[in-house]
Amino acid sequence: MRYIPNSKEEMAEMLSDIGLSSPEDLFRSIPEDVRLKNELNVTRPLAENEVIAEMEAFAANNPAAQKTSFLGGGVYSHFSPTIVDNLIQRSEFFTSYTPYQPEVTQGTLQYIFEFQTLVCQLTGMDVANASMYDGSTSMAEAFLMAQRVTRRDKVLVARTVHPEYLQVAETYTQHGDMELDTVGIDEESGRINADELAKIDTETAALVVQSPNFFGCIEDVNRLAEIAHEAGALLIVVVTEAISFGMLKSPGSCGADIVVAEGQSFGVPMSFGGPHVGLFACRQKFVRQMPGRLSGVAYDKNGNRGFVLTLATREQHIRRDKATSNICTNQGLIALAATIYMETMGRKGLKEVASQNAQKAAYARKQISAIDGYSITFDSPVFNEFVVTAPSNAADLLEKISDQDSILGGIALTQYYDGHENDFLVCVTETNTKSEIDRLVVALKSNS
Amino acid sequence: MSIKKVTQHPTQNEALIFERSQTGRVGYRLPELDVEETPIEEIVPSEFLRDDDLEGLPEVSEVDVVRHFTRMSTWNFSIDLGMYPLGSCTMKYNSRLNEKVARIAGFLNHHPLAPEAESQGALKLMYTLQEDLAEITGLPGVSLQPAAGAHGEMTGVMIIRAALDKRDGEASKERRVMLVPDSAHGTNPASAKLAGFTVKTIRSTKDGFTDMDHLRELCDEGGIAGLMLTNPSTVGIFEKNIREICDAIHDAGGLVYMDGANMNALVGVARPGDMGVDVIHLNLHKTFSTPHGGGGPGCGPCCCTAELEPFLPVPRVVKEGESYRLDSDQPNTIGRVKAFFGNFGMMVRALAYIQTHGDSGLREATETAVLNARYISHFLQEDYEKPFEADPMHEVILSHKKQARKGVHTLDIGKRLIDYGFHPMTVYFPLIVDGAMLIEPTESVGRQELDTFVDAMKSIAKETIEDPDLVINAPHTTRIGRLDEATAARKPVLRWKPDMETSAKSA
Repeated sequence: MRYIPNSKEEMAEMLSDIGLSSPEDLFRSIPEDVRLKNELNVTRPLAENEVIAEMEAFAANNPAAQKTSFLGGGVYSHFSPTIVDNLIQRSEFFTSYTPYQPEVTQGTLQYIFEFQTLVCQLTGMDVANASMYDGSTSMAEAFLMAQRVTRRDKVLVARTVHPEYLQVAETYTQHGDMELDTVGIDEESGRINADELAKIDTETAALVVQSPNFFGCIEDVNRLAEIAHEAGALLIVVVTEAISFGMLKSPGSCGADIVVAEGQSFGVPMSFGGPHVGLFACRQKFVRQMPGRLSGVAYDKNGNRGFVLTLATREQHIRRDKATSNICTNQGLIALAATIYMETMGRKGLKEVASQNAQKAAYARKQISAIDGYSITFDSPVFNEFVVTAPSNAADLLEKISDQDSILGGIALTQYYDGHENDFLVCVTETNTKSEIDRLVVALKSNS
Repeated sequence: MSIKKVTQHPTQNEALIFERSQTGRVGYRLPELDVEETPIEEIVPSEFLRDDDLEGLPEVSEVDVVRHFTRMSTWNFSIDLGMYPLGSCTMKYNSRLNEKVARIAGFLNHHPLAPEAESQGALKLMYTLQEDLAEITGLPGVSLQPAAGAHGEMTGVMIIRAALDKRDGEASKERRVMLVPDSAHGTNPASAKLAGFTVKTIRSTKDGFTDMDHLRELCDEGGIAGLMLTNPSTVGIFEKNIREICDAIHDAGGLVYMDGANMNALVGVARPGDMGVDVIHLNLHKTFSTPHGGGGPGCGPCCCTAELEPFLPVPRVVKEGESYRLDSDQPNTIGRVKAFFGNFGMMVRALAYIQTHGDSGLREATETAVLNARYISHFLQEDYEKPFEADPMHEVILSHKKQARKGVHTLDIGKRLIDYGFHPMTVYFPLIVDGAMLIEPTESVGRQELDTFVDAMKSIAKETIEDPDLVINAPHTTRIGRLDEATAARKPVLRWKPDMETSAKSA
């Protein structure tokens, strides 16, 4: 596993061909005083099996990866058909780069075009870009876009949006003219607190809501769109669980103006939080304000259909500091994985997998609510996640059942929200069997 | 009876998946539902349920999907096929070993919100990579969180902003000028804007270096927050005055950010931290060979001085005794730039790259990358104009000046390279060179292939004189010819719709 083709002898010959005598001569243009005098203090070169052993040792120290899991909260365990990971490992996909030269990158350009179409279909929007880094950065970019579109500076975000997404948006917007404000949580329904929506005014660029929200609750997007639009603001809808698109009314058909989502659920491994893929879609009239790459149809002089990167005048390599975003790449290979997943599952599969998630979560919810001392915290309808109130501190309880029963029972809400010490977020997907759910119920029961 | 005639081999004429879709086809199978089924309206009220039956979504078999993507893949050029000399992109070999280890179940199936105590392996891996990148850059503070190069740039300049705000308090308001050379990547000014800076452009000298007089002049104008510098610069030349440049910025009260796009020229040879740089981003997808994947995912860690460490994004991965933990308790942090901890899968690959190369191998890779570029420069300097005298580092800049006299431009030369079996070089970047051709061979190309490339470029130069139209109309060997990008932008078609024209345009 040596990766440098030239032998030492060839290297010496090449040096001599260009009139140099040693490798050191290659670096004469670097001033002596900034050249490194010693070798780097990193490992010696390892052999292939030594690297594998090292990596296996790291991985073995992640016992959580082996356990039955009910963790969600923005990253989900779903089944990925074998062909997804197999096809993305074709050299032509994973060792190519940005399709700058369309004649030799049609494979990439066509799958991006299919990806854009699929995202439009699922979100119910007119246009989608070639993808963003992840759901969180996609949301931050949507805020900046709403500001450009409306020329208003205030963005109102529901506190039911993923807390880490909100943190990212705070980072992205801290130096602009944007004012971020939040809308609280209705403690009964687990939805956005409608009473606080009076905060929307003529300065508001966008109202931002996640559905299903961080607590798993389905928000009334239709109504929120009306409220936003009445004030002349945009509605941005965030989706972290993309499988829900297969069952729930699309944000576009509910009146959303921009939809951002995390696409990890579409066949992409959890991989300790990345790489994942951000989806970004909007209404046609905003297309020239969009961030990111777009693949569009073009024809050659013989009338053959092909695809090119288009509307580049929005982008940083042309517009520099006046670009719609500083983003340069998309999430290429992960967008490809998501595309293969969506196409393999297809019209029927996307419905069935969504339905299984909802059915299994409903079963788990019912079983857990029947345990003495436990209750379902919020009364709104949910998709595949829901919050449970335990009889005691949730973080301690979860640690205990992880140790005793080898089950990761959920995410303690105290990590993100004050005043929810006994609450935890449970996620059930199609990968959780009935017996796993029943084991969780038994584990919780023995700690009631 | 009419016979349907196949006019083109199917592999050359693969339709969109939507055009292949056949009602009722299925490509997946899930286990049967093992819980008692509840009527769906009892779970979710019908007003929230999808009512379009997912119309338009494809219905295809597994074989359809496999053939679809396999056929499309053959329309891509790739590193595994041959030299991919895109300057500034470092298209080096992507090892299969790295792909294998990134797919170990203990990594892939690991949830980012799993308890810290049960994630020690992943945290240790991240910490180890942080330590290695600190050693390689000479900058001890490291965050692996940024997801790409531009994201790392944004993080870097936000760190500068936070440090200045902390140091100067209210007075920091008067310090909002970020200097960016005219040769910089477009992402630099766009990132500076996100940190609230105003960009002022520094001129380059006719030799391709930062114009020191102009730099001092701009510094004298005051309000300097910092400088964003690529070194070696985007013309592939090492900034010989790097020390003086950093001193000038520091004397003006600013901080120096280095764009690490060109670190493949420096690893094991020189360290930004020793040059006076305060903060840098690295592109793991360039220098550390994580696959470019057709445009992503990347990973753009930020490395900084000890003084700037408190401003790095949170959470940070820290070591306490023998265990590792995530630390978000950093009052001066710029905040979080991405959900969770960054593109972990890319970190695994980058660490595997460092381990396989080791101390001596990292330096050898740099030497080879620079030698290969120098070799190309040496053998092409008679045929193409070399706009700058200085020795190139890991990439060579040429221009179309000689060929333009015959009506042949950079784009034509790039397209003609395709006919010779190479991916085009980076064209028209950087903007300071008219008709720029930026060629970066990387260390992953052997002598014979370099010779073939040199011959191809020489042959194109000859064709330009003897038969310029041959070059102007290239490529001649691809499935499709040059596409009409102007019309595509004027009337954008960005998604399939049922009434869309199929493969050939109707006359």
